[in-house]
Amino acid sequence: MIRFIVQRFLGMLVTMFFVSVMVFIIMELPPGDYAERYAFRKFSGTGVTVTEADVNNIRVKLGLDRPAYERYFSWIWGIVTKGDFGPAFAFETSVNNVIGQRLWLTLAILFSTLIVTYLVSIPIGIYAAVHRHSVADYSLTVLSYLGLALPNFLLALILLYISVTVLDSSVGGLFSQEFEGAPWSWAKFVDLLKHLIVPAVVLAWSATAFQLQTVRATMLDELNKLSVTAARARGIPEWKVLLKYPARLAINPVVSTVSFDANRIFSELPIVALVLGLPELGELLIKSYIDLDMFVAGAILLMLTFMIVFMNFLSDIALAFLDPRIKLEGG
Amino acid sequence: MSTNELSQRELTQQDRAVQERESQEALRYYSATQWQLVWWRFRRHKLAMAGGLFLALLAFLGIFAEFFGPYSGVTRNTDYLLGPPQIPRFWDENGFSLRPFVYGVTTERDPVTLRRIPTIDREVRHPIRFFVRGEPYTVLKVIESDIHLFGVEEGTVHLFGTDPLGRDLFTRTLIATRTSLSIGVLGVLIAFVLALIIGGVAGYFGGWIDYGIQRLTEIVRVIPVIPLYMGLAAAFPREWSTQQIYFAMTLILGLVGWPTLARRIRGQLLTLRTEDYVVAAQIAGASAARIIGRHLLPAFASYIIVDLVISFPYLILSETALSFVQLGLRPPDISWGILLQDAQNIRAIEQAPWLFIPAAFVVTAVLSFTILGDGVRDAADPYTVSGS
Amino acid sequence: MRNSIGTSETSMNGTSLDGALLKVENLRIAFRTDEGQIQAVDGVDLTAQTGRTLGIVGESGSGKSVSTHAIMRLLPGTAVIHPDSSIQFRRKDGTVVEITQLAPTGREMRAIRGGEIAMIFQEPMATFSPVYTIGNHIMEAILAHEEVSKQEARERAIHLLDRVGIANPSRRVDQYPFELSGGMRQRAMIAVALSANPSLLIADEPTTALDVTIQAQILALMRELQEEMGMAILFITHDLGVISQIAHDVVVMYLGQIMERGTVREVIKEAKHPYTQNLLQAIPRLESLGQRLHAIGGRIPSPMERPPGCPFHTRCPQAMPGVCDKAFPETTHFSPTHEVNCFLYE
Repeated sequence: MIRFIVQRFLGMLVTMFFVSVMVFIIMELPPGDYAERYAFRKFSGTGVTVTEADVNNIRVKLGLDRPAYERYFSWIWGIVTKGDFGPAFAFETSVNNVIGQRLWLTLAILFSTLIVTYLVSIPIGIYAAVHRHSVADYSLTVLSYLGLALPNFLLALILLYISVTVLDSSVGGLFSQEFEGAPWSWAKFVDLLKHLIVPAVVLAWSATAFQLQTVRATMLDELNKLSVTAARARGIPEWKVLLKYPARLAINPVVSTVSFDANRIFSELPIVALVLGLPELGELLIKSYIDLDMFVAGAILLMLTFMIVFMNFLSDIALAFLDPRIKLEGG
Repeated sequence: MSTNELSQRELTQQDRAVQERESQEALRYYSATQWQLVWWRFRRHKLAMAGGLFLALLAFLGIFAEFFGPYSGVTRNTDYLLGPPQIPRFWDENGFSLRPFVYGVTTERDPVTLRRIPTIDREVRHPIRFFVRGEPYTVLKVIESDIHLFGVEEGTVHLFGTDPLGRDLFTRTLIATRTSLSIGVLGVLIAFVLALIIGGVAGYFGGWIDYGIQRLTEIVRVIPVIPLYMGLAAAFPREWSTQQIYFAMTLILGLVGWPTLARRIRGQLLTLRTEDYVVAAQIAGASAARIIGRHLLPAFASYIIVDLVISFPYLILSETALSFVQLGLRPPDISWGILLQDAQNIRAIEQAPWLFIPAAFVVTAVLSFTILGDGVRDAADPYTVSGS
Repeated sequence: MRNSIGTSETSMNGTSLDGALLKVENLRIAFRTDEGQIQAVDGVDLTAQTGRTLGIVGESGSGKSVSTHAIMRLLPGTAVIHPDSSIQFRRKDGTVVEITQLAPTGREMRAIRGGEIAMIFQEPMATFSPVYTIGNHIMEAILAHEEVSKQEARERAIHLLDRVGIANPSRRVDQYPFELSGGMRQRAMIAVALSANPSLLIADEPTTALDVTIQAQILALMRELQEEMGMAILFITHDLGVISQIAHDVVVMYLGQIMERGTVREVIKEAKHPYTQNLLQAIPRLESLGQRLHAIGGRIPSPMERPPGCPFHTRCPQAMPGVCDKAFPETTHFSPTHEVNCFLYE
């Protein structure tokens, strides 16, 4: 088991290495470099003509003239050893400062979404499978279709629209007015939770629909298995038969797709956050892409991907716990 | 030992007729090709057929968007900015009219804010005429015409209202349909070809090549998709024309789409290679080409088709999302995402909820694809019993 | 819902068990499908006696599994048991219950299942859940029927594993099903079935998936256990060779109806029904080396196309047109125990 964990951990590191290379390539992609944009922004409107030499000076100062692999290594080195993600050009400060609080918020949204998703989809999926062909089952299927078809950001827009016109309040943003700059307190925490519900529901919408169908399908498969009949033949009460056997196995695919869900959540988060005005990483990512502030973009990409890879790692371990075949046969 | 006793007995006329009919049907059934079987099963799925037909309708509308829409995608009606939809009517308090008509529109000044507000003038009626001449356009770059399905001689007919710049939302939505759907189609094609090559190579050769490709696939899959798209899309130089951006978008969507498909193809090839019927074919002396073409490919072709149909909505949604945040297509290109940009802020929605209409198109298109995909999957999967 | 009858030995229908442990009368089972009701079992009578094994022989589709699943009320929701059918069972405390009247998931039926009637299946790997240990399965069965501590249940589990001939039981009890060999799994399955001391064991083709040597071991084990515990066994198989090794009495089923019944000696040595005779002829023998294998012509009809009259007449080499396709034959007795339903003897 230890060996299994270590194996997976090393795999995680290797993946992250390759991912960082890929992210770096993306950072390098936009034509021109920040030196030009910086120069333009700094000197435009001042009536000073920007010469090539000026731009070059800036380039040297920012270290943008060194070859690619050198820049890559210094970037990675800074991250790994000092946790320093580099300068955020557009903000004239370090990336760390800019990202700061947003990181925790993103994590909070991720986890609340995952919790909502699993709390809803697993029991309902099991119910739908057990009561197949019932009215509830059919209507859940219809709802799932809708859930998968409606893009998250549209849902966010709709909810926003409803809240503004019908409820006459805004569900956007993270805190209500009075808590904006206030120090942490229980009330502030509760307020945060209230505001987290909406993005969590919006993001969980399609994930729940998907997992619901998956759980239902797996349950249906499992319910037909001989092990269920055999359990009944042993005289076990029906509810226990359902929970101990098919439900237990139906959870496996859910666990193994946690990182996939996280991937999708991070994919949809930027736009939803933009619509709802949430100060988290994804929204910052969009801004940095538009501004071509690549250090910020790269750092965010790296962080998001790392979280996904880490969740992949965790789910592998969890799966090994749940399914002895994986643990004992080495995965 | 006798084999078929039945033939030696006296059967009634009825029995014989029944037998005759049953054996005809049986013959038809047993001699049908795989694709015929799939098609028959698919036809029984009323819902999936409906989805497919709806998509075909959308595609048709999109291709001939300029014909169906009374205006072009860029004409601005400066008298009617952000105007509400003009709904055609057949009758009102003034009486019935065989020809549908719309009310005229004027702009009034709001007494408080002094802003110009487009309003409907119920006094004026503009009858709708069909097959009118309007702005010229070309269909598929080949056919030139200026005939529109409907229009008005005087006044305007904006079925979906207008956007903040006074452009007809109906026409723009139809054109957007064309753009968004075509991006989906092209993107899927590119992803498919890439996946076929990469997945095929990995599955066929196995070993180190497979391992390397698998690692690569994993890495691409791990990065959250839309942020990845955005990163690539952000790299588009500002100077590119809308055409170039369009092609680059489809290329990127296809590029990032291949991992899932490739994995599927590779997985199928690997499993199927060891199936008993493949071994049996090999023993019977079939060539590798025949095995792949006749045995392997049809087996997982249905899975691939299902995957393709299911990826459509994802690509379309991605394009919509990207254009929505200005990281995808750019104006004057028209796509659903671009149309929805106008619906981004609250005040706009409050005042002009009709800006949401393109969203309805997106949702129904995606729904249709999903239902269609489910139907195809049910029809193509030989292991499920249909009609359950 | 009408529950079990009182303490007398007579059932609601008025007939008595006559000292038998289980008496099935006029069992008719149909399944509701989209195409209508399909009759799977059409009038089956059988009895199980303590200490004796009843073999149930038939091809797939003969309704043998459906009948035994009905005894345990394990049929799916689409199954309909005819109200005229009766399944009477004598419980350990002496009461006789009418199983068709019990709620399938109710307390009484659950107490009977596993506690008094147990079942073993064809695929031992499939009957165990892959994520729980063997011991967990056995202990679960014990704890469902008796009030004992976990520790005691575990000890009993180890003892059971030992009793069925698994070496190193204290280690095996904590292993997962995939860690055992096929034969061991089958033994473990028997251990699970025995955990609450059932008086009736239903074995649904338990040896079909095993190779011959293991098959012999399992059969020997079952005979031992029967002698030691005095269980009645209902043994389902399509293999007459196995029947001759384990059964005392035999019924031959075809398409949901019984064609012939008797002691194993009578049915195998003096088979009267053409179907039974064909089944026996189909067993390959050393003497028939070099000859074509004997097979029964045709295929078993689907229950949806049940032939009129005697269901076997479509494949019977001795069928008499105008007779066999008209009605189901009456029962002919050759001895108090040997009966046949065939027009040849009417």
